[in-house]
This record gives sequence, C-alpha cells and structure tokens, in this order.
Amino acid sequence: MQISMTMNGDEITREIEPRVLLVHFIRDELRLTGTHWGCDTSNCGTCVVLMDGVPVKSCTVLAAMADGHAITTVEGLATGATLDPVQQGFMEEHGLQCGFCTPGMMLTARALLDRNPHPDDTEIREAISGQICRCTGYATIVRSVKWAAEHPVVTENAGEEVPA
Amino acid sequence: MQIPAQFDYVRASTIEDALALLDRHGPESRVVAGGHSLLPMMKLRLARPEWLIDINDLYELDFILPEATQLRIGALTRHSTLLESADVARLFPIVIDAERVIADPIVRNRGTVGGSLCQADPAEDLATVCDVLRAQAVVRGPGGERILTMDEFHKGPYETAVAQNELLVEIRFPIRPRAGSAYEKVERRVGDWAVVAAGAAVNLAEDGSVDDVAIGLTAVGLDGTIAEAEAVLRGRRPSEELFEEAGRLAALASMPVADQRGPVDYKRHLADELTRRVLRRACARALETQTTTTQEG
Repeated sequence: MQISMTMNGDEITREIEPRVLLVHFIRDELRLTGTHWGCDTSNCGTCVVLMDGVPVKSCTVLAAMADGHAITTVEGLATGATLDPVQQGFMEEHGLQCGFCTPGMMLTARALLDRNPHPDDTEIREAISGQICRCTGYATIVRSVKWAAEHPVVTENAGEEVPA
Repeated sequence: MQIPAQFDYVRASTIEDALALLDRHGPESRVVAGGHSLLPMMKLRLARPEWLIDINDLYELDFILPEATQLRIGALTRHSTLLESADVARLFPIVIDAERVIADPIVRNRGTVGGSLCQADPAEDLATVCDVLRAQAVVRGPGGERILTMDEFHKGPYETAVAQNELLVEIRFPIRPRAGSAYEKVERRVGDWAVVAAGAAVNLAEDGSVDDVAIGLTAVGLDGTIAEAEAVLRGRRPSEELFEEAGRLAALASMPVADQRGPVDYKRHLADELTRRVLRRACARALETQTTTTQEG
C-alpha cells in the first residue's frame, strides 16, 4: 500500500507492506537511524517519535497508521546548525551517557516544554516515566530538561563554551 | 524482531463504514484504535487478523460530554484526554486516580478507553472503575444500538459481549448526588499491571449515611463488585470501623493467584488495605461535594 506523511517537515510517499511498524519504516526505509529500536514491547521508550506533536512509541504504531500525519524524529529537532534547546540542554547538563535512550527522551522533553514551558522536577519525571535510561542517568536528564526550559532560545554561540 | 503476520489494512471513515467493513470481512477482521493491546498481540502472533480496520479517523467517537444525569465518553477517547478532563475530575475523581496509573504517559497518548475495555484484560484498571461507577456500555451493530451494564458487557477474561460485527461506541457514567469515588493501585513499576488495585464509589444520603456504595478489586480474579463488603456500609454512617470490616470482607472474597507479582497472602493483604484506603478517600470526597453543594445552595 502507498502511504504519505510529513517527516521532519518533508512530504514523503512510499510503498509499504501494511504490517511494517513505524520504527522500522523510519530506520530501514527512510534510513533515519536516530530513532532507536529497543524493547519492541512499548516499555522502554527509546523509539519515541512525535506524531502531530504528541509523543508515541513507534514500535507500537503501524507505518500505515501514520499515513497523513506529521512525524518528528530526533533528526528534526535542530534547525539547520542550531540545536533545539533540549539538545543543547542534554549537552550542557550531561543528559546522556551511552546515548541509547536519548532520542526518545529528547522528543518527550520537547513535547513537554511545548505544552508546559516551565515544568517542575515532578512534572519532568512524570513525563519521562514511560522511558528507561539503563545508565540510570535520570538526575542529569531532568537537569537537562530544566536547562532547556530556562533557555528557550539557544543563542548562536551557546554551545561553544562548555565548562571545563 | 517482532513483526505481525501479513494482513490487509483499511481505514474506516465513519461508524457506519467501520460496521460495513466488519460485516464484509467477517471473523478474520479486527478493529484497531490505539493499538497498544492488539499490535503487541499481533507481534507475538497471538492475534492474526487478515483484515485490520483502523478506526482512528472516527473523530465522532472522541468526546467527553457532561449531561444532567450522566457523563458520556466516546470509545475513541485517549487515556491522556480523559486524564486531563476537568469534567471528569470534578464528577468522577476515581477515573483520574486510575488514569494516572494506567500504562505510562506515552502509551496513554495512543491507548483508548474503548480499546482497554474491549481488550478486557483481567488486570485492566478501567474495568473496575466502570464496575463501581455502574457504567453502561453503548454498543452499535448492524441492527442498531444496545445498552449494556458492565456485568453484561464483561463475559470473562479477554471476552466481551461486543459481537464480531459490532463496535463499542460509548461509555456512560451515571451522575449521583453527594457522590465520591477513588482508586488505588499497587504496581511494581510505572506502566505495569496492578499487583492489586481497589476502587470504590459512594453516594451519601442527606443525613450523611451511605445511600449506595460499590467496591471493586482489580487483578484478584473477581467479576463485578463485592456485595458482601458493600452491605457493611449501606445505610450507616461511614467510619474507620466499617472501612476495616469492608476491607476484611473484600480480602476474604478475593481470589488472587500467586505469580511474579507476588504471593497470595501479600495480594490478600493489599486487597484489605487498598479497600480501606479507597473507601476512606471516596467518603471524604463525597463529604467535600456535600459541603460545596451546601455552600453554593
């Protein structure tokens, strides 16, 4: 069957089998491998993408169900060379260790901040409660999201001065 | 890698269209909404429909509608929408208690009320909520609509009264005066099924005694509400002693089985303790409603 969707702002059309899951469509068909494929059982949250701005676990959505919708993956977060404040925050506050959970965490954080620009720690923890960081780096993830909330627009040279 | 077996996919555009598609493709067709129960089953090949009928475009089934005597909730309402509804929070706080602990926030963005109820998992939280609120399920088929009580709706684990050519379209919660309700669940981690959970709904008479009460337990092998525990409270003023006795009887009625979530003794202990807690909170909420009503009056 033929499906069309907006992928990170671009209109795309592909021929797929109905049983293809959105995560595999994104990774294998579109070669956008920033979206990670983890537990395959909607528990871990590393496959989270935004569907019409709402975080969903792409291992449990059919690509066919995304037909006609707008999908944002981690590749769609930055604007040109300018990182999204969430990405910048993860850099500033060491929000990642191995990096496996990071794409999902960042997209959930983006969606949270779009709805609630000043979340407290509890709200951030609640928002990411369906995602697992096996490095257990939750404290720095929460700090990274807070950094992003405090720096809604990243200035051009914000990334250059990394504290020693 | 878990991939479903092959199937054909079709999107329904209206309720009538969905019913016509179910009729045309017969027993090998399944309806998919949020997909967070069916797709995992298809990935494990526990379900192998030949036709998948996607009803996510049926926006007419995505509504929360307060009326004078009831709250109507469309079957395609997402868990996250229900959780954020001010009408639901005001009228049926038990639904908010439960929704906070159903799956996780991201699964709740996709999963639907109708999907959860039709999946009819024996550990499903909304089933207990619907039982104690004495909800009605509206089911539509080729012959029109049927309105079912939850007893009629639930046939057993993973089995409902919704026939192959029918669609659950709506859930209705009756609004009662001086009412309070609460739900509490013990889970091993966010997103897990209940070890045990309890739900209660009470409404008080004008003199402050219990006019009606419903008590339900999740994941301990019970269908419907627990009449013997309810009888303790009916017609009497709520008190710690009565909550204790109701908890004891609810635990006695429960039929938990030992599994990876815990042994029988532990689950029975939870049934007792959680029943007391939800009764305490439901009664407190009913009294708050009463006070508010008096002040406004």
